[in-house]
Amino acid sequence: MSDNLLEIRNLDVRFKGARNVHAINDLSLELKHGETLALLGESGSGKSVTLKTLLRLLPEKRTDLGGSIDFDGTDIMTLSGKRLRSYRGGDVSMVFQDPGLALDPVYTIGQQIAETVMRHKGVSREDALDVALDMLHRVRIPSAERRMKNYPHELSGGMRQRVMIALALACRPRLLLADEPTTALDATVQIQILLLLRELQKEFGMGVIFVTHDIGVAVEISERIAVMYAGQIIEEGTTREVIRNPQHPYTQGLLAANLHDVARGTRLDAIPGSPPALETRPDACPFAPRCPLMVDACRQALPPVQRPGPRRRVACLRAGEAIPA
Amino acid sequence: MSVTDKPLLSVRDLKKHFPIKGGILGRTQAMVQAVDGVSFDVAPGETLGIVGESGCGKSTTAKLLIGLTDRDEGDIVLNDKTLGRDMNLRALRRDIQMVFQDSYASLNPRMTILDSVAFGARVQGLDDPLGRSRRLMDRVGLAADRFAHRYPHELSGGQRQRVNIARALAMSPKVVVLDEAVSALDKSVEAQVLNLLADLRAEFGLTYIFISHDLNVVRYISDRILVMYLGEVVEIAPVDLIWADQAHPYTRSLFSAMPSMDPDSRTEKPPLAGDPPNPIDPPSGCRFHTRCPLAAPVCKTRHPVLAPRVQGSAHWVACHLHDVSSGHPDAGKGLTA
Repeated sequence: MSDNLLEIRNLDVRFKGARNVHAINDLSLELKHGETLALLGESGSGKSVTLKTLLRLLPEKRTDLGGSIDFDGTDIMTLSGKRLRSYRGGDVSMVFQDPGLALDPVYTIGQQIAETVMRHKGVSREDALDVALDMLHRVRIPSAERRMKNYPHELSGGMRQRVMIALALACRPRLLLADEPTTALDATVQIQILLLLRELQKEFGMGVIFVTHDIGVAVEISERIAVMYAGQIIEEGTTREVIRNPQHPYTQGLLAANLHDVARGTRLDAIPGSPPALETRPDACPFAPRCPLMVDACRQALPPVQRPGPRRRVACLRAGEAIPA
Repeated sequence: MSVTDKPLLSVRDLKKHFPIKGGILGRTQAMVQAVDGVSFDVAPGETLGIVGESGCGKSTTAKLLIGLTDRDEGDIVLNDKTLGRDMNLRALRRDIQMVFQDSYASLNPRMTILDSVAFGARVQGLDDPLGRSRRLMDRVGLAADRFAHRYPHELSGGQRQRVNIARALAMSPKVVVLDEAVSALDKSVEAQVLNLLADLRAEFGLTYIFISHDLNVVRYISDRILVMYLGEVVEIAPVDLIWADQAHPYTRSLFSAMPSMDPDSRTEKPPLAGDPPNPIDPPSGCRFHTRCPLAAPVCKTRHPVLAPRVQGSAHWVACHLHDVSSGHPDAGKGLTA
């Protein structure tokens, strides 16, 4: 067994239809056991598609997949039927952005968590309900016994997200996928959920991939950050490396646009333009049209992936150069 | 509460309670106290940032300001004219315009961009609405020659928000209310739009009321910050003062709930437990007492009044800790670090 929990190799995802979209282009990523990785990127960069591919949630008829995904020795791309069902929710589970939509409105939260446990662990209903109650305690839901009998609409947004996390962790998955789970929450509730996830990760030791567009959230939750743009990972490293020493011009621009400690009245270093539409597969650096460091070579071929350190990579010809003011 | 300038816009004791109807007869069963006694002044050319969590009444306040929602009580005074007495809604909307969060839902999908921008100016009977609109489109960075005849769905979110800004400016308003106007945009596009807003403010001498949940954005754009909690103003102060020292325990919690940007000093303990209470049945006394780490018995029973921290200060707060005569055991000591 290697120490990688997850290995994605050269993943391609293309949506077919009236309009083709090359959502993921040659994405490779490794995650070790118990590691927390933030996938950071703006809307349309392919973060959520990556997560959905990992759970094989994309509609098969309208999606072309390429490349391979290896989860702890299992090839995810070929899973089907019973094995796929036990993989989803058993080995890997997901927390969505909107817990109001992800929970079933006609079952109590106790029933929903217990059902998952019964299905995956094959235990009796009573045992499953015990597990559900234990999980509600672990996600610090006050008066959990009473809450077991509540329906999702009776809970506040923060409580629902705690239930979602309890549901996702009830079967002790080895990998937790979190798709912007705190974006819909208020600031004072968001930080509670982030800290809860951090504690539970330590307690359960699972790997976590946390999708977010918010750099601050990524800093709070992750050990490593992978920055996505146009369906590719353009920079990866430890959280400290990426935040303290961003090498890709896009990452540098994102950090500058975060407005942390920007004095009032100064002009913001905005990245001009907007992300590409991805109707064709990029054959040059997708960031080139917006890049302050662009040279001719950037428009002619895909940028080389530079590896300035172990598990550190930057897909840029001019990685690490300072952006002229 | 600006001492020197005469306010351009004054809001006094604004109230809006929404009825919740239910049962077979559709009777009113409860009231949501969305905005409950909000007062503030805005000086000409000033930008007032309004922050707070969902349900605190920031968006309702914005809608009351431009008359999109009828107020139950309170006065809106613009340039010494009181709405409903010296001025009708139409006159108010010439001077106050609004930009909404959802750039797509706030544009008519069957109107071209140019028609949308010119619509208000036409209704108000201003000169040359089309020419005016084309100039504004050019000004906000959408070349009129290329974009005038496009439809909203053909534009990106950032471009649509530029259209909404141009439309708001087409009436040459004095005040623009921006309700989460950049929140739906990606960070890189958000910075472009913030730069544009800052330029337009200088060029047209605009006054902004900038509503957002993002404290960093509010700090960047605002001169003063107003903090709301469950329909009430809990603190209002110039940006530098409030950034350096938050006087209300809620404001302090809100500020410390911001994610850290430093991987070496991450947040260790959440500043508050639980979710904000429901505005249908807000807590008695100080509405924050149910979550406040410094609450005393008096906070349950007595409602704190918004008052200057010290005599003559521009920093106003509604908390018994700052009121020597409140009966709070630590009254007058303020918040200790």
